[in-house]
Amino acid sequence: MTTVSVQNVAKSFGTIPVLHDIDAVFPQGTFTSLLGPSGSGKTTLLRIIAGFVAPDQGEVTIGEKDVTGIPVWGRNIGMMFQSYALFPHMTVARNVAFGLERRGIKGAEAQKAVAEALDMVHLSDFGDRMPKNLSGGQQQRVALARAMVIKPSVLLLDEPLSALDRRLRQEMQVELLRIQRQTGLTTIFVTHDQEEALTLSDRIAILDKGRIVQSGAPEDIYENPQTRFAAEFLGDSNFLTGVVEAGGVRLPDGTLIQTTATLHANGQKATLAIRPEKMSPTPLEGATNHVAAKILTVIYAGPALSYLLQTPDGTRLKLFQANRDGTLMREGDSITLHWSPAHSIPVQN
Amino acid sequence: MPNKATPQRASKGARILPQWVSTTALLLPAYGWLTIAVFLPLLTMFLFSFMNKTPMGKAPIEFTLRHYRAFIDQPYLIKIATNTLLMGLWTTLACAILGFLAALALVRCTHGARRETLLILILLPFWTNGLVRVFSWTMVLRENGFLDNIWHWIAPAAGSIAILYSREAIVIGLVHGYLPYMILTCYIALVTIDDAIIEAAQSLGARWWVILTKILIPLAAPGLISGAVLTFVPVIGSFMEPRILGGKVGVTMGTVIEDQFTQAFNWPLGASLSFTLLAVTMAIFATFSGVLRRGTGGTA
Ligand SMILES: Nc1ncnc2c1ncn2[C@@H]1O[C@H](COP(=O)(O)OP(=O)(O)OP(=O)(O)O)[C@@H](O)[C@H]1O
Ligand SMILES: [Mg+2]
Repeated sequence: MTTVSVQNVAKSFGTIPVLHDIDAVFPQGTFTSLLGPSGSGKTTLLRIIAGFVAPDQGEVTIGEKDVTGIPVWGRNIGMMFQSYALFPHMTVARNVAFGLERRGIKGAEAQKAVAEALDMVHLSDFGDRMPKNLSGGQQQRVALARAMVIKPSVLLLDEPLSALDRRLRQEMQVELLRIQRQTGLTTIFVTHDQEEALTLSDRIAILDKGRIVQSGAPEDIYENPQTRFAAEFLGDSNFLTGVVEAGGVRLPDGTLIQTTATLHANGQKATLAIRPEKMSPTPLEGATNHVAAKILTVIYAGPALSYLLQTPDGTRLKLFQANRDGTLMREGDSITLHWSPAHSIPVQN
Repeated sequence: MPNKATPQRASKGARILPQWVSTTALLLPAYGWLTIAVFLPLLTMFLFSFMNKTPMGKAPIEFTLRHYRAFIDQPYLIKIATNTLLMGLWTTLACAILGFLAALALVRCTHGARRETLLILILLPFWTNGLVRVFSWTMVLRENGFLDNIWHWIAPAAGSIAILYSREAIVIGLVHGYLPYMILTCYIALVTIDDAIIEAAQSLGARWWVILTKILIPLAAPGLISGAVLTFVPVIGSFMEPRILGGKVGVTMGTVIEDQFTQAFNWPLGASLSFTLLAVTMAIFATFSGVLRRGTGGTA
């Protein structure tokens, strides 16, 4: 419905800068996750878009409209909070009707809209209950219905699922995605859970220390991280550092690691990121890169096996394998890891 | 699990007292105190209110219902009672508005050490002697007093604005004394409201007056009600403020009752008037509590 964009936004609290020069576009109908560690400024950015925090500089536009100077109540946003934030003195139905009343929608029309919204979140029979008589998951669904019933221009969610247990969280993720797809609502979702971000999003923006370090489709970021931080924060990664030489990277121990990506000029330092599941302890077709390593620890997690390894020069590596036949390598085994040049991704430090 | 474990362990121990013994033992001090501090004096007064005269000296004592007819026998008491209730109403209303706003400002606009300092400052009237507090208001409100002088300085041509010895003066003095109760009860109610609830309302399109009337006041209703009770009850029984700040107009049920005990030496009449006042107050609150409960959707 609406494209949201943030231009050149910066914010400091007192003397502490929290956001620097944020430029981001949230295209119409997409589900974007703001992903980053605690304190990276995700909530602050979301609250600037919502209007709870005024940026020190820059602009926020929702649709065609520059909303930088418009207060929260004039922005037509749907918002969901981690603490549900239902009005405890109103029934579920009155909670949902609250935003409609503010828009002058009353009587039968409002009742119909409330019933539809509650139906959408499968809580049709709960209209007369008080919020305190609902489970956490149900409360969160009421909050979703309340946010959606006003047909907002954009849906803003600040870690809305992190108070729920794992099972319920997965259910709500599916629900949220279904409703978002149905309505085609531009959605911005703050999370520090990379798995959640990967499952839900069309796009991910990774924040670090108040900057967006990389944004794009989840698979783009995952397969081609541009910085060491992005590679580590979204998924796991191994890093090998050396000097650029002959289209590859020469490690201190003399091994030449090949990559299909373009590198800096010869003689400069470079770091390569290799995803742990892209490595293999057995030679593969086309896997021309290899390093020797010794197994330090074996972690058995049912369907997946993780190994922590160490190369002769002391670099720590990880290896993930699917548990295909139940045979484990042992701690102390020396193995050789193989991977293809296409999986060596040069990253900035 | 812990619920199950306790009786098991208890049954293993050979000599465990039955539960009612420990319950009684724990409740005894509280009930004992209530009996001594509340129940016995009230009962004594209740007995007095049926006596024909103050039980001192040798004359025999008869029991009578005569004092409970005071409002019929002495119709001027009805006017005094009405004035007293109005005084209670205005004081409570003023306290409710000022107290709620002050508590709101404390909760929404301050935090940390500054909030604590302000709370202590608000409680200061509690720690000043009541008599000193009230007399200082006479200095402020009287002719050529503090307020009057400032007014003359601003507008020399205008008349005096001294309001000492008026109903307004009484209400001002009473509000000053009882405002902290209201601020505290409202503060406690407001401070528990999650910021996210207000933000959710804003995101749904609510402006400040909608937030105030639809969210904050209903959610703080328990605080407002208990504050109103804590203010109204002592105010309609007060006698010091009406006497000192009201002068001739300061005749209230409180002063009439006090007179019966200290001047007229008619304790039974004083006692019966007190109990009548108590009954009226309780009737008022019984009526209001029903209305308020319906008004807040059964959450109170
Ligand atoms: N109102 C405020 N006053 C002062 N500092 C603030 C305020 N709000 C946030 N900050 C600071 O700004 C920084 C970013 O905070 P923010 O809440 O945006 O982080 P976040 O990425 O949402 O973290 P989390 O994952 O823990 O929620 C933090 O260092 C925080 O201490
Ligand atoms: Mg946050």
